[in-house]
Amino acid sequence: MNSNYYISSFCSIKNNTISLNGSMVYSNENMEFLEFIKAAYKSLDTNYPKFFKMDGLSKLAILAAHVLFKNENINQDKDNDIAVVFSNKSSSIDTDRKHQKSIENKDDYYPSPAIFVYTLPNICIGEISIKYKLFSENSFFIFENFSAQHLLDYANSLLSAGKTEKVLCGWVELDGNQYEAYLYLVTKIGTILHSKENIIKFYNT
Amino acid sequence: MTEVYLSYNNIVSSLGFDSETVVSNIHNEISGLQLIDDKEMFFKSFCSSIINQKELNNSFTSIAVEGNFTRLEMMMITSLNRVIQDTKIPLTKNVGLIISTTKGNIDILDKNSKFLEERAYLGSLGKVIKDFFKFKNDAIVVSNACVSGVLAVTIAKRYITQGIYDNVFVVSGDIVTEFILSGFNSFQALSSEPCKPYSKNRTGINIGEVAASVLVTKNDTNLAKEAVAILGDGSCNDANHISGPSRTGEGLVRSVKLAQKEANISFDNIDYISAHGTGTPFNDEMEAIAINRLGLQNVPINSLKGYFGHTLGASGLLETIVGMHSLYNNTLYSSLGFEEIGVSQPINVITKTITKKLNIFLKTASGFGGSNMAVIFKKINMTSK
Repeated sequence: MNSNYYISSFCSIKNNTISLNGSMVYSNENMEFLEFIKAAYKSLDTNYPKFFKMDGLSKLAILAAHVLFKNENINQDKDNDIAVVFSNKSSSIDTDRKHQKSIENKDDYYPSPAIFVYTLPNICIGEISIKYKLFSENSFFIFENFSAQHLLDYANSLLSAGKTEKVLCGWVELDGNQYEAYLYLVTKIGTILHSKENIIKFYNT
Repeated sequence: MTEVYLSYNNIVSSLGFDSETVVSNIHNEISGLQLIDDKEMFFKSFCSSIINQKELNNSFTSIAVEGNFTRLEMMMITSLNRVIQDTKIPLTKNVGLIISTTKGNIDILDKNSKFLEERAYLGSLGKVIKDFFKFKNDAIVVSNACVSGVLAVTIAKRYITQGIYDNVFVVSGDIVTEFILSGFNSFQALSSEPCKPYSKNRTGINIGEVAASVLVTKNDTNLAKEAVAILGDGSCNDANHISGPSRTGEGLVRSVKLAQKEANISFDNIDYISAHGTGTPFNDEMEAIAINRLGLQNVPINSLKGYFGHTLGASGLLETIVGMHSLYNNTLYSSLGFEEIGVSQPINVITKTITKKLNIFLKTASGFGGSNMAVIFKKINMTSK
């Protein structure tokens, strides 16, 4: 249980800025979230038209994964043994409100499967799994605040039980115009120790 | 490797407020499903298993004197309270709390709800349960679609094997709401008659509600008589589609293989499969394909959706608990609602409740987002009835 694991890279999207390992890769101020994430998608050469069908939370998560995996040279054409452990505060509340609105008025009743399917937080993990062929374990946790300790313990348990080779961990949160994504990849070899201190340090970067 | 057990347990459902009562109703092939025609709740009649509010109130007032609780919180507290009472474990720092739910208090988003919107956040639900019982640790809330309930059990196991907790209480629950009914109806997946998993003329799912709780522990003394050991688990995404299951059952096949590898048993040792069986054309077909790819087509299999409907984030734990009792009672329970086989590959659906010596069962679940889950459990008490 005491094996050392490592953080190979991290990506964050907050305050209208996307950064990789602490360096800015895209920034565009004075835009609301959906506008910003769309502009970032275009600028980052993502080339994944399904993006436009996704809800906000999935757009946020898949773009962060794109930036991180591109840096990691993850091959999209073969199986990748990477488990996904995500967390946030608001689950899928942003899309929940949209679905709720569609059923609020009996005279204007328009629930849609395209929206309803996104009323689950783990759908964004499903989207990443499809794009990168991750036939691996995934879990979505809800915490009132970012919990480095939980992510650390859980990623370690998956690696030490031999369930996976790598773990994509992080926090993807969207509630109205408030958003934040922070993803990092935990590996068995590397130089930066997978520790609570480092997870928090990079989160605050 | 630390052995981890599932021990004391409870089910709060339309078939009773404790596991024994619920299982005895299942034994007698009594379904909790009924046709509900309530325009306040949904614009058309639907088939569901709903907990009687009066009974819930009565049960709840015997444990709580004051405070304002949502319907789901009342269900979860009622269920977990019984398990905590049965175990007599003091809630120290070594005791964890895991909550699994897909939608939690989603009914609060309705404009007529008397609760503040903050209460709809799943973290609030975790805090309410933690504070009610005075757990020392914050609740870990898992929301991973329809595999949540069984995933929660393996999360508890991991916390125990990592040495973080000695005992973990898992409570899972979801309620029937217009939010959920309208959503599944928009997918045209909602059946207006009792569901018929694996049958030729199956017409979709029923949504139901339960709260279920279990103690997960590494302590092999003072176990419940129906306790089981977790032999192995696996969870693999289909990497295929966000709302439809894989046509090849790839994620489920991989999940079962991973669980089997960790359990270190041969497939011949599996006496019973407690499957997902929602009663939709695609899910049931996918499971039949996966089961055949694994060579498990002769193992007795059932879906319990004909008793409770699909109880979303609680279904995996609910069905695991029934599986524990199934082993202890050496009884295979009928897959209620099954008629003529309607999947393209043969599977051995249990058509009649029968007694049979049972030792090991496999629980599977699949859900939106491409999630799949498989866990293998083994009976502890060899001198069971």
